[in-house]
Amino acid sequence: MTYQPQKDFGTPESRSNEAVSLTIDGRNVTVPAGTSVMRAAAEQGTSIPKLCATDSVKSYGSCRLCLVEIDGRKGTPASCTTPVEPGMVVHTQTPHLAKLRKGVMELYISDHPLDCLTCAANGDCELQDQAGAVGLRDVRYDVQSTHLGQEKDHSNPYFDFDPSKCIACSRCIRACDEVQGTLALTMEGRGWDSKISAGLASDNFLESECVSCGACVQACPTATLVEKKVVEVGTPERSVVTTCAYCGVGCTFRAEMRGEQLVRMVPYKDGKANRGHSCVKGRFAWGYAQHQERILKPMIRASISDPWREVEWDEAFAYTASELKRISDKYGRNALGGITSSRCTNEETFLVQKLVRAGFGNNNVDTCARVCHSPTGYGLKTTFGTSAGTQDFDSVEDSDVILIIGANPTDGHPVFASRMKRRLRGQDGRPGAKLIVIDPRRTDIVRSPRIEAQHHLPLRPGTNVAVLTAMAHVIVTEGLVDEAFIRERCDWDEFSHWAEFVSQARNSPENLQPVTLVDAQELRAAARLYATGGNGAIYYGLGVTEHSQGSSTVMAIANLAMATGNIGRRGVGVNPLRGQNNVQGACDMGSFPHELPGYRHISDGDTRLLFENDWGVTLDSEPGLRIPNMLDAAVDGVFKALYCQGEDILQSDPNTAHVSAGLAAMECVIVHDLFLNETANYAHIFLPGSTFLEKNGTFTNAERRIQPVRKVMTPMNGLEDWEVTQRLAQAMGLDWNYSHPSEIMDEIARLTPTFAGVSFARLDEAGSLQWPVTEDAPDGSPIMHIDGFVRGKGKFVVTDYVPTDEKTGPRFPLLLTTGRILSQYNVGAQTRRTDNVAWHPEDLLEIHPVDAEDRGIKSGDWVKLASRAGETTLRATVTDRVAPGVVYTTFHHAVTQANVVTTDYSDWATNCPEYKVTAVQISASNGPTEWQEEYEALSARSRRVETGVPAE
Amino acid sequence: MNTVERLIHMANQIATNLATDDAPVAAVADHIQQFWDPRMKMLIFAHGTDGLSPVAAAAIKQLADAQNGA
Repeated sequence: MTYQPQKDFGTPESRSNEAVSLTIDGRNVTVPAGTSVMRAAAEQGTSIPKLCATDSVKSYGSCRLCLVEIDGRKGTPASCTTPVEPGMVVHTQTPHLAKLRKGVMELYISDHPLDCLTCAANGDCELQDQAGAVGLRDVRYDVQSTHLGQEKDHSNPYFDFDPSKCIACSRCIRACDEVQGTLALTMEGRGWDSKISAGLASDNFLESECVSCGACVQACPTATLVEKKVVEVGTPERSVVTTCAYCGVGCTFRAEMRGEQLVRMVPYKDGKANRGHSCVKGRFAWGYAQHQERILKPMIRASISDPWREVEWDEAFAYTASELKRISDKYGRNALGGITSSRCTNEETFLVQKLVRAGFGNNNVDTCARVCHSPTGYGLKTTFGTSAGTQDFDSVEDSDVILIIGANPTDGHPVFASRMKRRLRGQDGRPGAKLIVIDPRRTDIVRSPRIEAQHHLPLRPGTNVAVLTAMAHVIVTEGLVDEAFIRERCDWDEFSHWAEFVSQARNSPENLQPVTLVDAQELRAAARLYATGGNGAIYYGLGVTEHSQGSSTVMAIANLAMATGNIGRRGVGVNPLRGQNNVQGACDMGSFPHELPGYRHISDGDTRLLFENDWGVTLDSEPGLRIPNMLDAAVDGVFKALYCQGEDILQSDPNTAHVSAGLAAMECVIVHDLFLNETANYAHIFLPGSTFLEKNGTFTNAERRIQPVRKVMTPMNGLEDWEVTQRLAQAMGLDWNYSHPSEIMDEIARLTPTFAGVSFARLDEAGSLQWPVTEDAPDGSPIMHIDGFVRGKGKFVVTDYVPTDEKTGPRFPLLLTTGRILSQYNVGAQTRRTDNVAWHPEDLLEIHPVDAEDRGIKSGDWVKLASRAGETTLRATVTDRVAPGVVYTTFHHAVTQANVVTTDYSDWATNCPEYKVTAVQISASNGPTEWQEEYEALSARSRRVETGVPAE
Repeated sequence: MNTVERLIHMANQIATNLATDDAPVAAVADHIQQFWDPRMKMLIFAHGTDGLSPVAAAAIKQLADAQNGA
């Protein structure tokens, strides 16, 4: 397919159900009421010239190019700002219009550089196209004054800003306002001095508040804002629609290619998760895919003190299989295990768990969701009956009250945050939704342009359950429950038991204030708003799950939603914001040691029999080891081999010293990844992985949306990841013969009722499908629990607050909580290998001014961060975003190793680590700790690759 | 914390969080049965009830008896 940009209808789609028929250039067209004449024309295939209009932002009516004539009306109205009316007769091409348009274009071109042949946008420039469309052949003006010759701004690592090419259409400003919601751009000056400015006139793009989402670049009709890659490579020649491999939003992109070279990733307007928007990671930070540090050949070594030796794939598979067999024979089959990745596809994940269960002969399979959303699985399955969020992202458009707890969507899930912010700002006269934020930090969404949370409850880390129970106390004791909903949809006895519990005086906001540090009156007001403010939607993240009561908090959230009737329709619900791209999918695919795909317990004989018959093996009926249990068993000397696909447990898992001890105790650690990550320091076999650009498969995002991932280039390592797992299985004697991931999905669908209607063909046809996809719901299920809960009656669970065992005291008086930042992703293996380091080159420790002053610490100082588990050093930034007594850092940089400090404490139900609460002390420091120095030396030693001796 | 100490901590933590259940001993036993691998169960059965809260101890005993009975 030759390159074509996505069709631009000029103005946004109307959601009206009322149809309007009109005539445009003699042809009848019927569109929803509220549609612009410009869009109606575009829908019937008539292209009205335009410059300031694009369908991602509201019409503006400034360029005067889209003029039309309408029978019975005077003048020549702009088609972008004129709504259709029944019976309207529109003419888009008349001699009068042609003359007017040519005159307008002549003025534009008189102040535009005529360097089309050497311009980066040559062939992909709307100004060029429109000049052609209106038949402009010469410019009569001898212009003495222009805005040409201005200095370019190259500061952003991904796009250039050339003000000389700007036509002052304001599309970029409006995209920043309406699509992204950052409001970073403005128009400085007037007339010839008009200039787009990022922030203050003194700011360049990099130093401004611009978050580099790319919305302005996409909106720009000229080469004023253009991707550096397009400047370097040229315009693309074809495109493939695929799914981003960063966060759980799961944005759909067009990978725009030139040969096998990726030119740019452009958000796809028909993507149902992102609706045409993107963030700095998905849009721009894909350079890691071709990074020089990628490992492209398999490597093996007998001991981790040896250098690596490159081998061919055949030798790698034979050696790996023989090592696994040796260890199984010597120590027993339970000495083996595997970890699936939330970064890999559903099909790859399915194969890894199948390899462990059917090949290794045990259930020792776990996934990185263990350390993020395993409490979501437990909590929502217990209360609602299924381990997933209840809504689609579109649902937020109908929310009246948005409650965010333990999530920082503008950094962690930026594209969804933009949609949420749009709803919070209100639109077209509709007032914005109200906002409640429960978070120890004043996250950006608490107060940002045109948004201010009605209530921010800055709780003490570790007291989520107490805060939610206090909110439930208010809702129940003040009679704000939705009794009709509860009687119809939930178990009334369980509700009564729960209501009696939360009503106890000990659970009042006033009584719990000394524990939570949340003002009781503020909490009461927040509870009343959630219960009575209309459609209430709860969004939560790892600030909920990564606690010793993570599962309890998820259940407390579910209790609140059920008690107020906020389940089962648009605008409401319980929405876990998933961290990685395929956390939902990895969980769905049976990555947990106690569950087969589709969340069915391994002890369920009927389900086991289904898989046994399909796979031709006998399955163990006992649950296997979770990641922390694997490490314990390794230290005990009974767990000896680990196949780790696409996860870096040494950097991402808590208490690094314990993780390294566990890995060091194993005889065969197999790392299957793009890079020699931190875990690979302890590996004996390295199997090079492929990027999301190099393989086919599917990811499932936070709204249960199964989306195609399409191969746009040949894997640099030679094999897609599913092929690597298959070849390993074959080397172990398993009779696997998949020729394409679609066959793996067919097997998943055959064995998993909620995926019964899923196939690659259906996904190609629909674009994406939200599970359950069944005979009853062949097109998927955007909203769950509409007529009843999956488990039957919704279950209220009493969630008593239990303080964490991690206590502050004289030695460790501060509480450390951790999180992520917009420009970096997880352990940074990908984003650290991109220009995103321009925004976040190192992890910083946020500390309150009072705590900093007590310790004589200034912003930029090196500080030692010490806990009972270990210590590290990093630089401080003094800020009142954190409350006194609380410090915060990110975990994106291996050199910081924030998890040297985090502890072994974990969620009571799932062992999800308690990353969000660690008692620490901060002190001034002169440099790296002993651990950091030793670790750096170990890394250098461990990454040596044997070089061949040249033949004489 | 060695593995047995960690298992004791985990069992007590489960018992504390399920204390408000209608039948806490059964709930704790069921949780451990569903989520602990056979070696973890074996280790805590072998350890006995030292350091376990009453509910956790009763649950472990219930599970151990069931296993022995089987």
